[in-house]
Amino acid sequence: MRYEEFKEGIRDGIPICLGYISVSVAFGMTAVLSGIPVWAAVLISLTNVTSAGQFAGTNLLVAQGTYLELALTTLIINIRYFLMSLSVSQRVEQRMGIGKRLAVAFGITDEIFAVSMQRKKRLSASYMAGLILTPVLGWTGGTLIGATATSLMPPILSAALGIALYGMFIAIIIPPARVHKSVLYAVLLAVALSCLFYWMPGLKKLSGGWSIIIITVAVSALMAWKFPVSTEDEEDE
Amino acid sequence: MEGIRIGYLLGGIAVMAVMTYIIRMLPMAIFRKKIDNIFIQSFLYYVPYTVLAAMTFPAIFYSTQSVPSASAGCAAAVVLAYRGKGLLIVAVGAAAAVFIVQLAMNMML
Repeated sequence: MRYEEFKEGIRDGIPICLGYISVSVAFGMTAVLSGIPVWAAVLISLTNVTSAGQFAGTNLLVAQGTYLELALTTLIINIRYFLMSLSVSQRVEQRMGIGKRLAVAFGITDEIFAVSMQRKKRLSASYMAGLILTPVLGWTGGTLIGATATSLMPPILSAALGIALYGMFIAIIIPPARVHKSVLYAVLLAVALSCLFYWMPGLKKLSGGWSIIIITVAVSALMAWKFPVSTEDEEDE
Repeated sequence: MEGIRIGYLLGGIAVMAVMTYIIRMLPMAIFRKKIDNIFIQSFLYYVPYTVLAAMTFPAIFYSTQSVPSASAGCAAAVVLAYRGKGLLIVAVGAAAAVFIVQLAMNMML
């Protein structure tokens, strides 16, 4: 362990940690409100360290979905980490051993990936340990705070908070949809299909988890075909 | 919604954790080359938005005690998000709108 590198990682992780606390408090609250025990919400945050993926998974757990639905939903939502992990694998120090590589892989999130890609030096295991540790503590601790605060809340207030999870989803999809027309089309098409699947008689037999997987794959593939983006131009659009 | 079985819950959490880890671990353990395929890059770019949109609608309208209060919460969330507010503000703002409308409805009945 190189102490200087570790310290730099901790320092770079602090802003991510602060951002994670606000989101994970909301996750802890909504998970408990939907019927998940406090310990399970904390365990989900500690073992998953992902926003959309674990929100969707938690939703499915509440709906008593099958493990297959759970596995496929998690796979589809989190498959973007595959590419991020791929990029990180090319930026870590060449001599990093397989054990350390496997440990670093655990902490690849959108934000940690983004910060690590901005670093000029090759990524050392010590730096990555610091960069991952702070956000994971914030993510798990925030969940615990949100989850315990909710069990002390009066029922009339907690009923209103049932919408909070969806509020967060809206907060994630609207800002990029404002900027990128293609994201707006993707969102509108997904919403339209989802409503169709929900309200059309016959289609309703399909469980919620499956219809979401089908819509996600179909709409994303269609958009990728009609409006391809390359990760390099993303910033300039 | 009461009483999700602990065994089911633990198994489900394990499925989520293992799937998420495998996705992150495989490239680090195996792959060394970058994917240049624009279609796959683009597909992965759209996934987070389409999945969240499909999960939110129409489920959001049934997430509270009544459809009118949920609609008010949804409208509040869209306006706040459009103004670029953060996740926590949008979530709490939506809940506040639901709370106010639900309270007004209960008082009228």
